Amino acid sequence: MKAIETMKLTKSYGASRGINELELSVEEGDFYGFIGPNGAGKSTTIRTILGLIKPTSGSARVLGYDIVNDSKLILENTGYLPSEVNYYNHMKVRDVIEYSAALRGVKCSDKGRRISERLGLDLNKKVTELSLGNRKKVGIVCAIQHSPKLLILDEPTSGLDPLVQREFFSILQEENKQGTTVFLSSHVLSEVQNYCRSAAFIKDGQIIIADKVEKLEGANVKQIAIKTKDGIEEFIYNGDINDLMKSMATKELLDITITEPSLEDVFMNYYR
Amino acid sequence: MKILQQEIKSQKMAIVIWSLSIGLLIAVCVLMYPEMKAEMTDVNEIFASMGSFSSAFGMDQLNFGTLIGFYAVEGGNMLGIGGAFFAAIVGITSLMKEEKDRTAEFLFTHPMTRGRVLLEKVCSIYIILLIMNLIVYVVSVVSILIIGEKIDWTVLSLIHLAYFLMQCEIAMICFGISAFLRKGGIGFGIGVAAGLYFLNIVANISQDAKALKYITPFAYTEGYELINNKKIPMEYLISGMVLMLAGIIVASVYYRKKDIFS
Repeated sequence: MKAIETMKLTKSYGASRGINELELSVEEGDFYGFIGPNGAGKSTTIRTILGLIKPTSGSARVLGYDIVNDSKLILENTGYLPSEVNYYNHMKVRDVIEYSAALRGVKCSDKGRRISERLGLDLNKKVTELSLGNRKKVGIVCAIQHSPKLLILDEPTSGLDPLVQREFFSILQEENKQGTTVFLSSHVLSEVQNYCRSAAFIKDGQIIIADKVEKLEGANVKQIAIKTKDGIEEFIYNGDINDLMKSMATKELLDITITEPSLEDVFMNYYR
Repeated sequence: MKILQQEIKSQKMAIVIWSLSIGLLIAVCVLMYPEMKAEMTDVNEIFASMGSFSSAFGMDQLNFGTLIGFYAVEGGNMLGIGGAFFAAIVGITSLMKEEKDRTAEFLFTHPMTRGRVLLEKVCSIYIILLIMNLIVYVVSVVSILIIGEKIDWTVLSLIHLAYFLMQCEIAMICFGISAFLRKGGIGFGIGVAAGLYFLNIVANISQDAKALKYITPFAYTEGYELINNKKIPMEYLISGMVLMLAGIIVASVYYRKKDIFS
């Protein structure tokens, strides 16, 4: 079964674009990176599949459930961390975490406390006193404490310091090992490269490429550096390698280096 | 009923402040009554000679010489205007605040249908208004007992019940409006309450505008009706309850389909 599957999913906001006939497929148990620049449609995709906004056309299934008709079932089995986290001002951290569990009708205080300790979260602080990073930590606990089948994380690491980021990904990997599908949107390519097994690039509301991360890193894309008497020229090439060779043969080369590009190089190639 | 509990908790301070403000203002009026009682015959004559001004506020048919007549006007004004504003604020902010305070994404990504969220929010509004009205009622009764006046329990309770229903109606009309809002709105809610109060004044002044009584909930809180007939005018109450229900239905229909942003 697919954890997430969208079929020509479209959401438009009047004249402005949201997502357009988006085709996305995430296998159950995968650790999936959803990559794109600001405004590409990452959050719109996530909000649509979680039922916060209604699709204009197309359809989608999450954990086998229809996003329009089975929203409650989807949310029961999903943990979500929004990109911007806000809570009720009169609450303390402990209240937010307990309220989240209560809204789900589950008792998961042990796991919630364990994750809080690992992230260094002070449960007695008022939410109004929290920094962005600490608000994110509260969101992480709320998203994970009920052991969901699917974790959807929208730009999860913004505001987290590097040490907490490492601990956070360690927690995600543990959850993933236990069968939880992890779907995270990001424009931090290194975290997708380091932790995700699959990834999709979204541009202008459409998926432009989706594959295993190791394939994406190499997929028909080469980083070329040529040295001629005029100087050094570097570029990404994603066409036929024979055409490249023919083109190179016309130049008077002093040196040539062909390397596998990093995910960031691939990203830059697609979004240039 | 976790959302209901959280709503009430979040309004704790507001309930205390509004209840005590309205209750203490009524108490001050009541405590001043013994000193004013002797002069009330003159006051009745003054109001009787003021024509449409007295009619506008329903004071032309009330006897200020009795505590309950005095209470219906003075206490009624406090509870009417203050209670209406509080109800409007509670109603108009109920749904809107989730998007305004950016908590909507937290709330609506938990496994609750929007219908369930709406139901608990509606119930919380009724409970908040009930608590506020009970506090005001107790403060009023205590103040009447302090001055040693005999309490007409039926009429006093009827006055408070009418005002409670009026607040419920305003709150639910504002709740319906709240479903369409993403931010702001408190001023709009207070404007709705003030507008409905104004409609009642117009209806009291002009015979041609009596139909407005079916729109404004202040129509069934008129002290002279409650004191003289010992009942809430049913024709106005029924139309008011229809409007109250309409507010809930509009919110329910629209909010279930609404795109939630935060």
